[in-house]
Amino acid sequence: MALAAVKSSTRFPDLSTVPAVDEVGVNERVARFQSRSIKKASKVEALKLVLSMIDLTTLEGQDTPGKVRQLCQKAIHLHAAMPGLPHVAAVCVYPTMVAVAKKALAGHDINIASVATAFPSGMSSLSVKLEDTRMAVDAGASEIDMVMSRGAFLAGDYHYVFDEIAAIKEACGAAHLKVILETGELGTLDRVRKASVLAMHAGANFIKTSTGKIQPAATMQVTLVMLQAIRDFYYETDRMIGMKPAGGISTAKLGVHYLVMLRETLGNAWMTPEWFRFGASSLANDVLMQLVKQSTGIYQSADYFSKD
Amino acid sequence: MAIPENKLAFDGGWEYDPAPESTDHIKIKKRYGLFIDGEFVKPAQGRYFDTINPATEEKLSRVADASQADVDRAVAAARKAYRTSWGRMKAAERGKYIFRIARIMQERAREFSVIESLDGGKPIRESRDVDVPLAAAHFFYYAGWADKLDYAFPGRTARPLGVAGQVIPWNFPLLMLAWKIAPALACGNTVVLKPAETTPLTALKLAEVIADAGLPPGVVNIITGAGATGAALLQHPDVDKVAFTGSTVVGRSIQKALAGTGKRYTLELGGKAANIVFADAAIDQAVEGIVNGIFFNQGHVCCAGSRLLVQESVADEVIAKLKDRMETLIVGDPLDKNTDIGAINSPMQLEKIESYLKIGQEEGGEMHQSSCRVPKRGYWCRPTIFTGVSQSSRVVQEEIFGPVLAIQTFRSYDEALSKANNSPYGLSGGIWTDKGAKIFHMTQQIRAGVVWANTFNKFDPTSPFGGYKESGVGREGGLHGLDAYVKLGA
Amino acid sequence: MASTAKRQRIAVAKTYKIYIDGKFPRTESGRYFTLEDKRGNVIANMCRSSRKDFRNSVVAARKAQANWAKASAYLRGQILYRIAEMLEGRREQFVTELVLQGAGRRAAENEVDTSIDRLIYFAGWTDKYQQIFSAVNPVSSSHFNFSVLEPTGVVSMLAPDNSSLLGLVSNLAPVIVGGNSCIVLASETKPLCAVSFAEVLQASDVPAGVVNILTGFRSELTEFFASHMDVNAIIYCDGGKQVATAVQEAAANNIKRVIDRTGINWSKPDAGHPYLIRDTQEVKTTWHPIGT
Repeated sequence: MALAAVKSSTRFPDLSTVPAVDEVGVNERVARFQSRSIKKASKVEALKLVLSMIDLTTLEGQDTPGKVRQLCQKAIHLHAAMPGLPHVAAVCVYPTMVAVAKKALAGHDINIASVATAFPSGMSSLSVKLEDTRMAVDAGASEIDMVMSRGAFLAGDYHYVFDEIAAIKEACGAAHLKVILETGELGTLDRVRKASVLAMHAGANFIKTSTGKIQPAATMQVTLVMLQAIRDFYYETDRMIGMKPAGGISTAKLGVHYLVMLRETLGNAWMTPEWFRFGASSLANDVLMQLVKQSTGIYQSADYFSKD
Repeated sequence: MAIPENKLAFDGGWEYDPAPESTDHIKIKKRYGLFIDGEFVKPAQGRYFDTINPATEEKLSRVADASQADVDRAVAAARKAYRTSWGRMKAAERGKYIFRIARIMQERAREFSVIESLDGGKPIRESRDVDVPLAAAHFFYYAGWADKLDYAFPGRTARPLGVAGQVIPWNFPLLMLAWKIAPALACGNTVVLKPAETTPLTALKLAEVIADAGLPPGVVNIITGAGATGAALLQHPDVDKVAFTGSTVVGRSIQKALAGTGKRYTLELGGKAANIVFADAAIDQAVEGIVNGIFFNQGHVCCAGSRLLVQESVADEVIAKLKDRMETLIVGDPLDKNTDIGAINSPMQLEKIESYLKIGQEEGGEMHQSSCRVPKRGYWCRPTIFTGVSQSSRVVQEEIFGPVLAIQTFRSYDEALSKANNSPYGLSGGIWTDKGAKIFHMTQQIRAGVVWANTFNKFDPTSPFGGYKESGVGREGGLHGLDAYVKLGA
Repeated sequence: MASTAKRQRIAVAKTYKIYIDGKFPRTESGRYFTLEDKRGNVIANMCRSSRKDFRNSVVAARKAQANWAKASAYLRGQILYRIAEMLEGRREQFVTELVLQGAGRRAAENEVDTSIDRLIYFAGWTDKYQQIFSAVNPVSSSHFNFSVLEPTGVVSMLAPDNSSLLGLVSNLAPVIVGGNSCIVLASETKPLCAVSFAEVLQASDVPAGVVNILTGFRSELTEFFASHMDVNAIIYCDGGKQVATAVQEAAANNIKRVIDRTGINWSKPDAGHPYLIRDTQEVKTTWHPIGT
């Protein structure tokens, strides 16, 4: 997929204007999204859209080139028995696996995302993180998923966080930058909102909830707060920022509820893989099972869908 | 933040298919009599009127029009039950009957929800998630009070009043019924209740529940009819206690009519609540609160946040976000699970709302409505806001009882407070700020019976509800809701 | 009179005036009515207050109410106690006035003593009734929800005609204990104590306007006490169905709270209780989310 040219205008934001967030109000709004009933054609359309937004992910210490190649196969051919399905948006791997993925995906319009910057903790020096980033980009990653320095953020060193993101952004070159806030370590929705603002102003193309290594990972609550931050940034600067909830989204139903939330918060312009991604490994199969059920009327078994 | 209007696009693209709630299992009889003394009986004069579905204008059923003779009969049945069964029953046993009602309502919740939406036009999501579960919870809550009244009134002995005559409105038919009947029964009174003429069906369904629960005949009587029936009930000489929810105009006439009778009464009347948003509020949640405050139940809510007071430094932002949010509200078929705003309850009410839309514009207000499509048949009103209005505008002063919000800005705390209280009403109020001290200060100074801070339009059986000033007399719900149905002795 | 003559001194007769906004004006109407004892001797000329006096009193009461409600419960309690202290100090004067208006000495002493004790009783309630009648409500959603009492506002009161001091005190104390302000129409047949009681109030740090006391005719003033749009509640203590009807009909103009205190024997020891305070209170319920 072609990614929009990267515009960068980094200016440290006025964090005093970041609005407060009320958790109970957020929960109530999320419950409303979840009470939407998506049926029939609109469900099929949503499920296909979910598939096309997936960053198919493997981020294990035990990943092998073989496993990554299988993942890429799955990315290209989601379910051979059901023709006409979209492919996923990207595969997401560690930097050492980027080259493998690049080869496996050659000739296909599927992006390669790589986590970088001492993923998942981010507990390293800026120079190591920059090197990590360059390594992934040089190997062929078109999207870099960096981790925000939570320690510095929680300590209140917002300038450090900002400068670090801006530096990584520069190291990305033409690659898109997704900034992982690791919301499970931020503790409050107020901090999620503030970190979102910081990341967007520092040059993020996407903001992303989680590494998947910390619980809780993505929730609809934090995603809503981040979407609202994206909306306000757009109101203010005219620049669209993408959103990627990651970790813990494993059912088709939940995926569709995220789309409901996206649609009712940011509108149609964001309803494409260019602006919204799911970081997930098992979501694709559940969506596929639902799609097959929709077309056949028969409830499905996981045994009939390949796991990679 | 400088915000261009309606920058986000919500039209077209992926849309939700219709998701209608099934009506297969719903049984509505072609004709309903009056529920008196434990059975459905024909009205004395044999007159019936239609009840229609405001979303389709189709007839749902025919309902008896109770005359004075029917009212006499119902009150006599209630009096007899008070003397012979209910008034003599052990309090704990009384409570068990009320618990039963709650349980049967829960079992039949889906049926109640669908009928409520069919008859009244409210979205099924609300009748399913709010009206019906809250109504059942109300019975459950008061059931438990029946044998604990000594603890509710320290130093006093609480005794029942006798026969309660109750008249309820069309905006929350089943819920208002629960608010009226549950505490009355718990305190040992018997009841004659009249639902609104446009929404009688769930009350008549509840009559079936009362029968199923095995309550002694005459403890609860449901009679249907229009204003004349209501007046006959409330003015009946053998009614000891009057409970009314409805407009202030009617409430005033009831208070006058009861003068000198010595009858106890509670009145839950109109409102024009201020919903106050400060610049330091959690703005996105405040916008949700504004939406929930005025568009919940088509704005047919006496405690609706129908006046938005927004601090000027965030006014543009809040209004722009509100307009964007309004675009995502789905108006239409009340039975569709995705509908946010259903049908206006009646052609009369629609006419009233539309007259205010005209008045608001004639007064110089700037009207904005969401661009949603509305069905061709039925009674509908798009979500509407007015800006450029002031305290002297009628759309600011008068209760519209529709999805119409009047927006004003303020600069200082004092200005907000003074505008909020500058009203003959005092039912509810809202305040949005992240500052705790300001919340306590303002909630103390708003002259209203319910104040929602950083939330709006929340209800619970344990939470007393009722107004200051012209919004009514007495409270319903919670410990304080018991007062209305007892006399206290030493 | 004989003893005065012997001492060559002329007694100074008291001019009974009305009490508005902490001051003792005469009625703006310039009218009066004559109070006589059983034998037809003139006791005093009383102000025959007009509707304008009442109107002015409501203005004063409205102005004073917010600050009175804002005063701490502790302070209100001390002021109530102070009223009792002042009344105790002038016990003899009140007994004399009651006797002058036809009471036996013993009954008069009882009425004054009970009045003092009732004030003490209510002085002790100022910082307690809220705790008795408030509630934290365990709602199902994630909200902190509580109900507290707040004063209804401005209360008009047609004081008992017969129990001219004790009835007045028993009805007035719970109103002001709860942070309301009020306008009292004193007993028509026995108005002396009400005016003297106003002097007690003035000497007791009760802020101006919190209590306003008028003398005059029920037949003339009831209508205005009941209908005034800036009065939130009305208490009446006498009269049959006719009075009850007239009061409530007029009160309905602004959905005034109507409090019927007829037929109560105020001299009974248990005639004072906190439910009297609650009668002129509103229940306010506040919701707030519980979250981070």
